[in-house]
Amino acid sequence: MAVCVAVIAKENYPLYIRSVPTENELKFHYMVHTSLDVVDEKISAMGKALVDQRELYLGLLYPTEDYKKRYGYVTNSKVKFVMVVDSSNTALRDNEIRSMFRKLHNSYTDVMCNPFYNPGDRIQSSRAFDSMVTSMMIQVC
Amino acid sequence: MELCGATRLGYFGRSQFYIALKLVAVAQSGFPLRVESINTVKDLPLPRFVASKNEQESRHAASYSSDSENQGSYSGVIPPPPGRGQVKKGSVSHDTVQSRTSTDQQEPASPVVSPQQSPPASPHTWRKHNRHPSGGNGERPLAGPGPFWSPFGDAQSGSAAGDAMWSGHSPPPPQENWVSFADTPPTSTLLTMHPASVQDQTTVRTVASATTANEIRRQSSSYDDPWKITDEQRQYYVNQFKTIQPDLNGFIPGSAAKEFFTKSKLPILELSHIWELSDFDKDGALTLDEFCAAFHLVVARKNGYDLPEKLPESLMPKLIDLEDSADVGDQTGEVGYSGSPAEAPPSKSPSMPSLNQTWPEMNQSSEQWETFSERSSSSQTLTQFDSNIAPADPDTAIVHPVPIRMTPSKIHMQEMELKRTGSDHTNPTSPLLVKTSDLSEENKINSSVKFASGNTVADGYSSSDSFTSDPEQIGNNVTRQRSHSGTSPDNTAPPPPPPRPQPSHSRSSSLDMNRTFTVTTDFYVHTGQQQAGVVAHPPAVPPRPQPSQAPGPTVHRPVDAEGMITHTSTSPQQIPEQPNFADFSQFEVFAASNVNEEQDDEAEKHPEVLPVEKASDPASSLRVAKTDSKIEEKTAASAPANVGKGTTPLAPPPKPVRRRLKSEDELRPEVDEHTQKTGVLAGVLASQPSIPRSVGKDKKAIQASIRRNKETNTVLARLNSELQQQLKDVLEERISLEVQLEQLRPFSHL
Repeated sequence: MAVCVAVIAKENYPLYIRSVPTENELKFHYMVHTSLDVVDEKISAMGKALVDQRELYLGLLYPTEDYKKRYGYVTNSKVKFVMVVDSSNTALRDNEIRSMFRKLHNSYTDVMCNPFYNPGDRIQSSRAFDSMVTSMMIQVC
Repeated sequence: MELCGATRLGYFGRSQFYIALKLVAVAQSGFPLRVESINTVKDLPLPRFVASKNEQESRHAASYSSDSENQGSYSGVIPPPPGRGQVKKGSVSHDTVQSRTSTDQQEPASPVVSPQQSPPASPHTWRKHNRHPSGGNGERPLAGPGPFWSPFGDAQSGSAAGDAMWSGHSPPPPQENWVSFADTPPTSTLLTMHPASVQDQTTVRTVASATTANEIRRQSSSYDDPWKITDEQRQYYVNQFKTIQPDLNGFIPGSAAKEFFTKSKLPILELSHIWELSDFDKDGALTLDEFCAAFHLVVARKNGYDLPEKLPESLMPKLIDLEDSADVGDQTGEVGYSGSPAEAPPSKSPSMPSLNQTWPEMNQSSEQWETFSERSSSSQTLTQFDSNIAPADPDTAIVHPVPIRMTPSKIHMQEMELKRTGSDHTNPTSPLLVKTSDLSEENKINSSVKFASGNTVADGYSSSDSFTSDPEQIGNNVTRQRSHSGTSPDNTAPPPPPPRPQPSHSRSSSLDMNRTFTVTTDFYVHTGQQQAGVVAHPPAVPPRPQPSQAPGPTVHRPVDAEGMITHTSTSPQQIPEQPNFADFSQFEVFAASNVNEEQDDEAEKHPEVLPVEKASDPASSLRVAKTDSKIEEKTAASAPANVGKGTTPLAPPPKPVRRRLKSEDELRPEVDEHTQKTGVLAGVLASQPSIPRSVGKDKKAIQASIRRNKETNTVLARLNSELQQQLKDVLEERISLEVQLEQLRPFSHL
């Protein structure tokens, strides 16, 4: 169950960020921000395979907290998806995370297809995207 | 209005607004509306306001009231942005404009509220509003303060007529106002629609009558489906489409559509949402249907309707993939099914009811497939799928399932295909056949793949035969295959298409016959070079002529198919086999005539059969391949049994017969066992002997071989069924294990 989902543009500014409004969301924002560094690190690391479709890295920060692992995902256009998951109840399998990112990616491309959406704008118009993210955040793993 | 004296003032001032609210409360509590009631009933419960409804209602009220009040100002409504900034609680003269614009404003301002209700709901509330005569008037001013809308409708569950009329109200405005998109003041049109209501604000009676008259008129237009596109609207949309894209079947690219819809001066956010709704296939371009839907939504939005969360059913573009109907089913119930299917011809709503109505014949044909619907999750999908396939000749080769943009449907389509193939052959185990073929593939039988595809193809050709599966034959086939590999001259390795040997064998029937005979005896000993040769024929194709000779067309056919499959690659060999195979397929057609031909007639048949067989050859060859693979599978399981069985079918007196039998044997095990088919085969076999043989001495041999083949068929069929059952069990076990694994996994971390 994702507690926070963020879409970061190529220039590392957020296009979309949404959290489960339980705790102070600022913390989530901060986590996402810090994870960007790690994402960039990984991007630059793999030079040959341009962009790995899916890079998962567990427990990036906050190792003390037993949950809230962060996962990253980078598209071919350097758009990053960062997801903070709460795995206290169940450990999310790798495949599940991948499928969640895949869904995110699909919804993102649908948003892109909308000619009224300018790339680089905040994703605020797509209700389908919102609903998809909501479903991900509500889903019980 | 008059009650609250707003009319006198000409605007809905604060006091008037309060009075109107009080009236609302009165109405809601069921008290008659009187000026005195406001004062007497002091302790009225606060009027209940439902924000979302209110907005809808206010919007509608505004639309209607604007018609009535601000004909002139209506044009002001068309470009919503100007009115945006106006306060909700404004003068009545501006209320209508404001209400419209405010609705637009409210759209961004209170996005949570506005999208909640689709227009169909608002007509409903409208109805309730208008029931209350004074409330109707009062509603207009209340349209401004959207959030304060009380559920007038809730309070007034009044006359159905009023409700009906109001419900009719909502659709007409969009229909009327669609012209406004072109910036033509529709006031005239609106006036025609609301002549009475427009004028009378002062007298409740007049208004009531007017509203009722209008409501009645409205209701008649489209009761349950305010999103339906009328013909003239659609024509207008189509014309607009042509201005952008002359080809009606083409697409409007996203950029062009963006320009076009930006002209409507709707906010980008709403346009984006409209696009999201209308671009059904998410391809960034609009087809004609999508464009009409988008246009219609824009028009509706400009008229003050909230955009729905989901695309209304009537606006759903009719896609070829019927899966959309499943989506339609999920559509909000507000968009009723009632009118759309029957009414708007252009609106091709893929709803199930409409589908059923529009494709009655399809449904009938789909009933055949209904049995398979159990497999698919959605019978709707299944039915529609059938309608797609129904036109195709079911007996022809399996329709390749290439669903158009329906990923989930693919599953259904594949299922359907499996089912269809099964249905063609009356073989419910056809999916199993595929599975078994998969298994056989695992057994490293390349032909199995071909067989699977060939099965489907073959199904069309020889429906019943292909699936006969005799355990014996399976074993025989397997052994044959192996022997084939050994007997290079006769047939190349069974898995790869055994080319040459087949034709040679078929030709030299006498030699083959001898070999077949001997082989049958040593069938499972793998000594059968001869056997292999004979077998090769069946797998490769040579069996074709033989099948005709062999007893029972059905028996031969599968055999031929098997032979053909294995020898598919070797076309020359297969050619003679193909004729055989063709004979098989046509065996039933030819009944006994082919049986007798055996060797002597082989040559004759070849030319005849060639064309036929070639068609069926690939199928049969595939099947043979599969059966071969199966045979191998099953041989392992039933080698001993096969040995015994193998001997039996191997005694066709004429060599071609023998070959055919062998091919049959090979084919049978491959084919999904079908006890029925074995029965059929047995019947056919029985009939075979009765067929007069051109060659006298062959007759007995053929009959014997027929008998043998029958026995082999039955045994192989039994074996096939057993193996399939085992396969099912194994799959079930696997599934259960996976489930257990899933259950255990979460705990592993704890």
